[in-house]
Amino acid sequence: MPEQIARSGLVLEEDLIFEKSSPGRIGYSLPSLDVPEKEVSDLIPPSFLRREPPPLPQLSEPDVVRHFLRLSQWNFVPPHGLYPLGSCTMKYNPYLNEILARLPGFVRAHPLQPDQLSQGSLRLMYELERLLAEISGLDRVTLHPAAGAHGELAGMMMIRAFHESQGNPRRVVLVPDSAHGTNPSSSVLSGYQVRPVPSDSRGLIDPAEVSRLMDEEVAAIMITNPNTLGLFEVDIVRICSIVHSKGGLVYGDGANLNAILGIVRPGDLGFDLLHLNLHKTFSTPHGGGGPGAGPVAVREKLAPFLPVPVVEKEGDRFRLNYDLPRSIGKIRAFHSNFAILVRAYAYILSLGAAGLKRVAETATLNANYLRSQLASHYHLPFDRLCKHEFVATDRFQQRSGVRTLDIAKRLMDKGFHPPTIYFPLIVPGAMMIEPTETEPKEELDRFIAAMREIAEEAQRDPSLLTSAPHLTKVSRLDEAKAARQLDLRWAE
Amino acid sequence: MSRYLPHTEAEIQSMLRAIGLPDMESLFSDIPSHLRLPGELNLPPPLSEPELTLHLEQMARLNTDGARFALFLGAGAYHHYVPAVVQEVIGREEFYTSYTPYQPELSQGTLQAIYEYQTLICQLTGMEVANASLYDGASATAEAALMACRIAQRRKILASSALHPEYLAVLRTYLRHCGIDLDLIPWTPGVGATSLDQAEGLMSQEVAAVILQSPNFFGCLEDPGPYVRLAHEHGGLAIAVVVEPTSLGILKPPGEWDVDIVAGEGQGFGNPLNFGGPYLGIFATKRGFLRQMPGRLVGRTTDARGRPGFVLTLGTREQHIRREKATSNICTNEALCALAAAVHLCLLGPRGLRELSLLNLHKAHYAKQLIASLPGFELPLSAPTYNEFVVRLPLPAQQVRERLLEREIIGGLDLGRFFPQMKDCCLFCVTEMNTRQEIDRLVSCLHDLAPGGK
Repeated sequence: MPEQIARSGLVLEEDLIFEKSSPGRIGYSLPSLDVPEKEVSDLIPPSFLRREPPPLPQLSEPDVVRHFLRLSQWNFVPPHGLYPLGSCTMKYNPYLNEILARLPGFVRAHPLQPDQLSQGSLRLMYELERLLAEISGLDRVTLHPAAGAHGELAGMMMIRAFHESQGNPRRVVLVPDSAHGTNPSSSVLSGYQVRPVPSDSRGLIDPAEVSRLMDEEVAAIMITNPNTLGLFEVDIVRICSIVHSKGGLVYGDGANLNAILGIVRPGDLGFDLLHLNLHKTFSTPHGGGGPGAGPVAVREKLAPFLPVPVVEKEGDRFRLNYDLPRSIGKIRAFHSNFAILVRAYAYILSLGAAGLKRVAETATLNANYLRSQLASHYHLPFDRLCKHEFVATDRFQQRSGVRTLDIAKRLMDKGFHPPTIYFPLIVPGAMMIEPTETEPKEELDRFIAAMREIAEEAQRDPSLLTSAPHLTKVSRLDEAKAARQLDLRWAE
Repeated sequence: MSRYLPHTEAEIQSMLRAIGLPDMESLFSDIPSHLRLPGELNLPPPLSEPELTLHLEQMARLNTDGARFALFLGAGAYHHYVPAVVQEVIGREEFYTSYTPYQPELSQGTLQAIYEYQTLICQLTGMEVANASLYDGASATAEAALMACRIAQRRKILASSALHPEYLAVLRTYLRHCGIDLDLIPWTPGVGATSLDQAEGLMSQEVAAVILQSPNFFGCLEDPGPYVRLAHEHGGLAIAVVVEPTSLGILKPPGEWDVDIVAGEGQGFGNPLNFGGPYLGIFATKRGFLRQMPGRLVGRTTDARGRPGFVLTLGTREQHIRREKATSNICTNEALCALAAAVHLCLLGPRGLRELSLLNLHKAHYAKQLIASLPGFELPLSAPTYNEFVVRLPLPAQQVRERLLEREIIGGLDLGRFFPQMKDCCLFCVTEMNTRQEIDRLVSCLHDLAPGGK
């Protein structure tokens, strides 16, 4: 393999699908009507009917296939190369799990069909709940949430219901300034005000600060551990006990669980709830933005408030129980992003306990390897043992007028997806790098070489970076113009 | 040890040396040892690829085989044919393994596809702008209500009680936590449509929005016109909920009724039943309300050389920038389900969509009339319907369901589940997937159940 793996190559341009429309073409095949045809206006009053069909494009099946396959070529994805988006855990998504999620018995099950016809799906949900409870060190799990942020919402609502049951819903949630933006946003949607907790010079939560901010009005603290700097919150046990001593609960954002699988269990540290991102830690694919799944594990005392229905086992039969009088209610229709659950279940059973622990160890090894090899060329605000990810900045490169954005774009020319940039907000010019455990050493070495080369280019020829990327289908896109001159849909 | 983990022991050692650590254990020296799990997680032993395949095949078989049973159940999840092309396109790892397109230069495929999806949803609903998707129809409805409250600066929602009960439950959960009141407009017995008289009585200058679903939970078509006028006359917004999107092949789109927000479920296009998820939250509105819209948006722009390209835009509404002041907490959405819907809509085109709608309409009416003609069976609601309809049975719905199951038919939904006074009513759904033979079999089974039947 050559050192420089990115080359420019043949790129096929493709119009918008609407511009390819040719009136009269069809791309469908439907059964012919096998029942008597009535006059439509005899069945539905004409005032309810559309005058003309929607102006959808008209294409043959090969037209549609060519269109979307040409589009697909313009995406860079983890199977192509390293995709080190911090806090996103872009690991390999096993093909096997895709096939298993498409088994006809699962795919054709209607969510409201009688329980006796869904025993396989219900059993899978019941077992996955127990697997996730064991992994998180908590007692019960809701599989309803469709994403991490949806899990946060469900979790905060359960916290509110718990406090209400104690006589006072409380008003405030503590959220560290390094937290994902969804944390404060989910708190507000659950009826809480946010009180930020500043990170200390170590990049961690200072127990003294929590002590100062904690009072009987605080319903909970939301903690991501390892945090978004990739650092383990070493005072977590003390922080939990400070919050608990004032009657508060500790919510865990499990976005970064990959680093501690089988090493520590959040429940054992004092967390009362934890959402898990199946599309991060448990390898379900991210779909270009979704669907994911964000189950929430809780302690027994929060179980009465779980969203309905919950899956229960009676003898060797499984059933959906809607009768939970103190439940927060429903946060979605039906009961889960089931097809995502199948993939996560298959992943856990493939790896087993030793395999999951090895995932955490390897993810941590890979992150520390990159960190140790980049320290010579990049400013690392917290250059010490990290977990699954770490943060570098553009401080050294700024002298040449090069910013994080330029480094990210230049990485594309070297054949890599950029890391998460400008997050966490507490580190100016942050590059949050998470290689994951499925990357081999040679890919990491190529990334190291590319990053070092970029640092050298920043000194030698900064314009190479500020005008990057050069090899991609499009060069740097004007995001300011996109927001100023909004063009959100095609129109004739 | 695992085929997903690449390092050999020698590679691990060389990496540890480069870091300056003696062993794997020391990678976790920042975690106090007494906190670490002493042994291993208590999980079942790992399964090889063939073992796991067998295990899951066995589990899937514990579900009923959908091909064997005739399905007449809808109620928010619809059994439509998913063309082979849809499955193959969304099965491309270039689409399904990528992340949210934060780095547009490497994500033009996903971005252009979402831009096209936004356009297709606008074409379908007759609205001006659509977002890149929300979780499902129910949460989209709740987000629409919250958005209306922000726009109208009011804290009360008026919703039709013929809204899907699970949507209503989700709406209730979201609104309660934001301190927003919810009033329900009763539906008219014998008709099945929402009562306009009652809506007029409940409407006030405090109401941020009126929410109406059509076809409603009972399959009945609603006339949104008067509700839109009522909402607008009182300075509020009108929200249309579409749970069965294939109905828009023949029904007047919400945009033509001048509604302000459309929230809906897109599962009917390209997404299988999957036991309830993942589905597709559709969300569209008027251009003037754009900045209060939740969710991702893709916009067209140009690159440094003036060539067209696509990016995520108006991020200033979103949680990663606005944190507690964001329009929604949504981050991960249902992009791949949106792609499936887009591919399906492109295959159908205007003709296919109309044909699909008509198949549903005619087959459902064929079943409806035959069932109504059976002795003891009646149609308790008079409003026009699309592909779902309510039947009053001569015996409890639960009994009918059990008896039909014995004949390998998944009958309609027992309405007593949501409406205690309707224990003898069933909501049937008929789609293009139900053959005439299946419908005739259903009718003959029901006939046998009637008093004086077999």
